[in-house]
Amino acid sequence: MTRNHDIRPARHLRYIASAALIAATILASSVIAPAKAADVELLNVSYDPTRELYKDVNRAFAAKWQAETGDTLTIRQSHGGSGKQARSVIDGLEADVVTLALAYDIDAIADNGGALRQDWQTALPDNSAPYTSTIVLLVRKGNPKGIKDWDDLLKPGVQVITPNPKTSGGARWNYLAAWGYALDQGRDAAGARDFVKALFANVPVLDSGARGSTTTFVQRGIGDVLLAWENEALLAVNELGPDAFDIVVPSLSILAEPPVAVVDRFVDAHGTRKVAEAYLNFLYTVEGQELAAKHFYRPRNAEVAARHAATFPEVKLFTIDAVFGGWRKVQAEHFNDGGIFDQIVAKK
Amino acid sequence: MRAIMGRSVRAGAGPLPGFGPALGLTLTWLSLIVLIPLAAVFVRASGLGADEILAKTFSDRALAAYRLSFGGALIAAAVSSLAGLLIAWVLVRYDFPGRRLADAVVDLPFALPTAVAGIALTALTAPNGLIGAPLAAVGIRIAFTPVGVIVAMVFIGLPFVVRTVQPVLEDLDREVEEAAASLGAGRRQILWRVILPALAPGLSAGFALAFARAVGEYGSVIFIAGNMPGVSEIAPLLIVISLEQYDYAGASAIAAVMLIASFILLLIVNGLDARRRRAMEG
Repeated sequence: MTRNHDIRPARHLRYIASAALIAATILASSVIAPAKAADVELLNVSYDPTRELYKDVNRAFAAKWQAETGDTLTIRQSHGGSGKQARSVIDGLEADVVTLALAYDIDAIADNGGALRQDWQTALPDNSAPYTSTIVLLVRKGNPKGIKDWDDLLKPGVQVITPNPKTSGGARWNYLAAWGYALDQGRDAAGARDFVKALFANVPVLDSGARGSTTTFVQRGIGDVLLAWENEALLAVNELGPDAFDIVVPSLSILAEPPVAVVDRFVDAHGTRKVAEAYLNFLYTVEGQELAAKHFYRPRNAEVAARHAATFPEVKLFTIDAVFGGWRKVQAEHFNDGGIFDQIVAKK
Repeated sequence: MRAIMGRSVRAGAGPLPGFGPALGLTLTWLSLIVLIPLAAVFVRASGLGADEILAKTFSDRALAAYRLSFGGALIAAAVSSLAGLLIAWVLVRYDFPGRRLADAVVDLPFALPTAVAGIALTALTAPNGLIGAPLAAVGIRIAFTPVGVIVAMVFIGLPFVVRTVQPVLEDLDREVEEAAASLGAGRRQILWRVILPALAPGLSAGFALAFARAVGEYGSVIFIAGNMPGVSEIAPLLIVISLEQYDYAGASAIAAVMLIASFILLLIVNGLDARRRRAMEG
């Protein structure tokens, strides 16, 4: 312990203090620097896989809006797990529009605090879902396990990867698609339950979100088949090269409807109702539908769909409303604590 | 408080004046930053009835999650303490090329987003990973098992131990060891009788910090756990699951249980340390 030693901390502190001062100056100047004045600003609170889609949509719509009204429009995007995003809006994130993975999450915004009205889903055509998707099976190249349909997933030795329906909105569609298939095969409710139970007995890992499951399947090489949204599966195949995976479209699947809605409370507070409604309506135009198809969402518009028929094979689809009686009922029966899913995965 | 010649004689108060204002300031800050936010957890949890809280927080699945979270955190903190002590020892007592670099590397887990840590650890320990593949060949699985959970907890807990033990080691005089040796103590005796007692306060503080951090850790564990109900679900995941159902009260109830349990365990760790110190002084 020399005396030199005692001086050193002081010198350190001086360095740190000056560094902090410089950092503070930079920060302060960036705050004070005048931001480019935007006439209108919208916040679109969305879920994870739509990031690229809305980047394109925002660019196209802002240009269109400026041409029509002369206003400069800035659209900010926020992405995350669908449920987490809904909770942010409930807790006060001032979204002008929400574009989430399932109607239940927007229902929750209406139920908890009433930032939008209960019958929000009737505001826009097609259940307020301008684009759709479905659940497909992603398998390893050449389909070594010979998986063609849902019942192949129950075979011994087949490992199925799906996110946890308790934490992932997307995963709830996977579970319901399998359930609906079992019903379609002529099973009753108890039979469907056994079917889904057997399927989940083949699941070795329950990731908390869809991207986590994709990583487990693609990067970690775990599992023989990944249950995925069609848009995610197409993206995976396109990103990682078609020589690694095949997409198997089952004989029957569920129509996934990711809905969109204007958040009444915040558009009224911001005075942005008109532009928010125009923005969501833009998704239904041919231009918006083309962008949806480009990002692997199935377009609603028949003419656009016909143009992309090669990307989206024909598949028999059922809706959640027709088979299960809507999201609120499904959530209470299947996914809430103590519900059917909990009973299925409880330790055997 | 009786003052004699301007100096307090109350047992426990030191020679410094200003005990009252200092205590007031301490309590105010502690309340603002720590206690009030935590009280909000209990207020939110009170939205449920007592039966519901019991049913929710002590279901088999919840109990399995607590076991993994608290048991895993205790094991991880023990491993971190041992490894952290060795690392601190090497960093302080030996001079080798790249020592400063190694010293800086210790802090990296503090700076890394936990999700990145989780993904990296999973990539390493997965059955097709660099470390996981040879282990999988002999039938040992780390990723997607409770063992993986502990690996992640050690990763984020280790720096706490190194950073609490290091300064104590630096202040430890070599002369004391030399004196012990000259009085005929063997190496093992010096370690047990001289070095470890001096390090104990820092080590137990490091253990407590590593443990507390591991209990609350979510980001890195979630990728490596596999999240199978009753087997590899951690308690923070149950909170997230409740939130996914917009069940704020239920999430807060589980959080409240975790808070109380953590508090009791930290109290025990600190109490043991205080007792040991009294025993040494007395």
